[in-house]
Amino acid sequence: MHGQEFFEQALIYLLAATLVVPLSKRLGLGSVLGYLLAGIAIGPFGLGLVGTEGEDIMHFAEFGVVMMLFLVGLELEPALLWRLRGPVLGMGGVQVVGTSLAVAAVAFATGQGPRVALALGMILSLSSTAIVLQTLNEKGLIKTKAGQGAFAVLLFQDIAVIPMLAIFPLLAERQAVNSHSDANLLSSLPGWLAALVVLGIVVGIIAVGRFLTTPIFRYIARARLRESFTAASLLLVIGIALIMSRVGLSPALGTFVAGVVLATSEYKHELEAEIEPFKGLLLGLFFLAVGASINFQLIFAEPLLVLGLVFGFMLFKFALLFGLARSFRWNGDQALLFSAALAQGGEFAFVLFSFTTQNGVLPERIGSLFVAVVALTMALTPLVLILTERFLKMRAAAPSVEREADTVHEENAVIVAGYGRFGQVAARLLRATGVEATLLDVDSDQVDLVRRFGSRVYYGDATRVDLLESAGAHKAKVLLIAIDNPEKALELVHTAKRHFPHLAILARAHGRSDAFELHDAGVEHIYRETLDSALRMGSQTLRLLGMRAYQAERAARSFRRHDEALFRETAAKRHDEKSWIAFVRERTQNLENILRSEYDQRRPREVSWDLEAQKDEALEEIREESKAS
Amino acid sequence: MAKVLLLFAHPAFEKSKVNRALVHAARRVGGVTFHDLYENYPDFDVNVEVEQRLLESHDVILFQHPFYWYSTPALLKQWFDLVLEHGWAYGEGGTALSKKRMISVITTGGREPAYTPEGFHQITISELLAPIRQTARLCHMEYSRPYVIHGSFQLTPADLMRLGSEYATFLEALVEDRLDFEKTHSHPRLNDALVASIRSRDLSEVSRGEP
Repeated sequence: MHGQEFFEQALIYLLAATLVVPLSKRLGLGSVLGYLLAGIAIGPFGLGLVGTEGEDIMHFAEFGVVMMLFLVGLELEPALLWRLRGPVLGMGGVQVVGTSLAVAAVAFATGQGPRVALALGMILSLSSTAIVLQTLNEKGLIKTKAGQGAFAVLLFQDIAVIPMLAIFPLLAERQAVNSHSDANLLSSLPGWLAALVVLGIVVGIIAVGRFLTTPIFRYIARARLRESFTAASLLLVIGIALIMSRVGLSPALGTFVAGVVLATSEYKHELEAEIEPFKGLLLGLFFLAVGASINFQLIFAEPLLVLGLVFGFMLFKFALLFGLARSFRWNGDQALLFSAALAQGGEFAFVLFSFTTQNGVLPERIGSLFVAVVALTMALTPLVLILTERFLKMRAAAPSVEREADTVHEENAVIVAGYGRFGQVAARLLRATGVEATLLDVDSDQVDLVRRFGSRVYYGDATRVDLLESAGAHKAKVLLIAIDNPEKALELVHTAKRHFPHLAILARAHGRSDAFELHDAGVEHIYRETLDSALRMGSQTLRLLGMRAYQAERAARSFRRHDEALFRETAAKRHDEKSWIAFVRERTQNLENILRSEYDQRRPREVSWDLEAQKDEALEEIREESKAS
Repeated sequence: MAKVLLLFAHPAFEKSKVNRALVHAARRVGGVTFHDLYENYPDFDVNVEVEQRLLESHDVILFQHPFYWYSTPALLKQWFDLVLEHGWAYGEGGTALSKKRMISVITTGGREPAYTPEGFHQITISELLAPIRQTARLCHMEYSRPYVIHGSFQLTPADLMRLGSEYATFLEALVEDRLDFEKTHSHPRLNDALVASIRSRDLSEVSRGEP
């Protein structure tokens, strides 16, 4: 591609994205559908601004999917992934095998040969990771049960592509066309060696991620060159992807593993920030290319067949997924969302269709027909999800989880993130003294409930920069973090520190360890949520046992003062575990000793009132007087 | 009959033998409202509303406290600062305490001679209490000589018993309006001429406490 031509192409794509996507978002259609529509518009069947090279661009832009999985991996700590193993292997396995066989059975029943039927079944069992994850993320549905289930299934599908690539050549009726593109290391090795190579590579990725990246990134970070950090992040992702595809493994899977390994690294957030824009651009390009490559000629030639296949396939897949979710005892709403999300063909289908037609497994006609069908089902998915969401919203009495963040209409000096048990008290105190605060909460039921009591609370995830922005974070002075989820709270601290460093942050901590995390993140004002109540309870107990209220009060205050000092000291030392434990034990003992000596009635405390020394002096004074007189 | 309010302020009450004796006696006198400030406001968060209503519903206000740094304990100063509001206790329309009687009941570690020009502290209790006296005046209250117990460090159990019963007699006389304040003015302390200043109901009761 010549330079000039490249920029012209880039101009067309960027123009389409800039014009159509914001409009689509504003209309509530989401960005994915916007990209797809823009792609159709500039494609050979729309304005004809781009020709058949759309498909090449699609292959290039598929790299966005790889980056997305890297980012997904970064969000998933190994422990969390381990917890997902049930859904991944269970639901994912059942879905892929079941859908493959069911689709194959239908294809066989309509007169296809068993090999063709089986190949179609396997290819069509896959769904679109790019469209599903992007759409669910945008709608904030990824954390729901349905979202997590969809993610687990997509993950399994990514893994399932590997054996599929190995099986297809076996299905070929004639000898495979030995094209150079599918010659890879794994297919040329005997089975046991291939397995060893796969294992070796995965272990290699984990080892590199665990032991090498941190020192390397530290070295680069010390250079204080932002672009070299960007380059290193890209190098990591591209390097892994290339190695994986060279040996014939899924690049997306490889980068996903790398992401998981780096999820606990200290550079997690930097990596996220570096890769995120590339992922966004490439995914957008990918969706544009999918839209541009939809073969409308084919569709118009046989409209009934194509549309019949599209709707028939989606309905069939939807029914299978719904049955699967119900068999895992999911409720109707979650099952509906889950199956609506996954009822389409995936981007892997494009690769696999070209692979299978080259291998002679599938006839050319079926291949190109189904490429069009899959592209259409992908394009329809965002629409299907919008309708599903509407339907679920209509059915639920109160608007449920699936809900866009509110637009905030006020700007105050104080932003309260989390308007639950904790945030409410703080915010009400502020309001009672005439200080208005912008209130945010991510629990839509809670938002609706408190609104009925007249509080102006906005729905939305405060860890999102755009929501903070719209809540007036750039003008606010104080951010109260009263979220009950410690991870979210910490995330918010990082976000706020990064994007709105002028904000004074006050954070609620669940317990001591969360308080330490907040302290490490640079939060100065930390409130352990149970400390004050517990101390009040303790001091009330002392009163009921007969201690004077004032002494009990002072004991509690003194305790808290010492404890606070201890907290700050230990926060600095706790990273060295061994000395930390010894230190904490010693200091805790000290704290109790101090208080015991202060408040033990048998050993009166030395305070300014009724000092023993004062008594002595008084007696001395009396003696002097009697001498004088 | 007069309603007597005893405002008690002692941050270390549990260590004061003399105050224990006095409070013990006071709580058995009918018609006296005992109000323990440090027990009610350990966080110094004085409830102004409650305190003002209490003052309004009583005729005689006693402040019983140890003498710290020639003055009241901190909470009682806080109480003055918060409760005696402008427009309520003093200033324009500030007549809520008008004609009520204010009496200080003070315990000191030092003995009486220490509070004389020749003594250790060089200044008399009366002079040291000028701020309180002026406070009473600003609030249009009747101010009396202070009720002072000196030498609290060296009181014997017998002393404490006598002081307690004297205090009870004093409080009863206040409740029954039998204390002749005119007669107390010639003495530095209210309790110097207690027997002589209390009009008869049954004088023998007063002398019962004397050894």
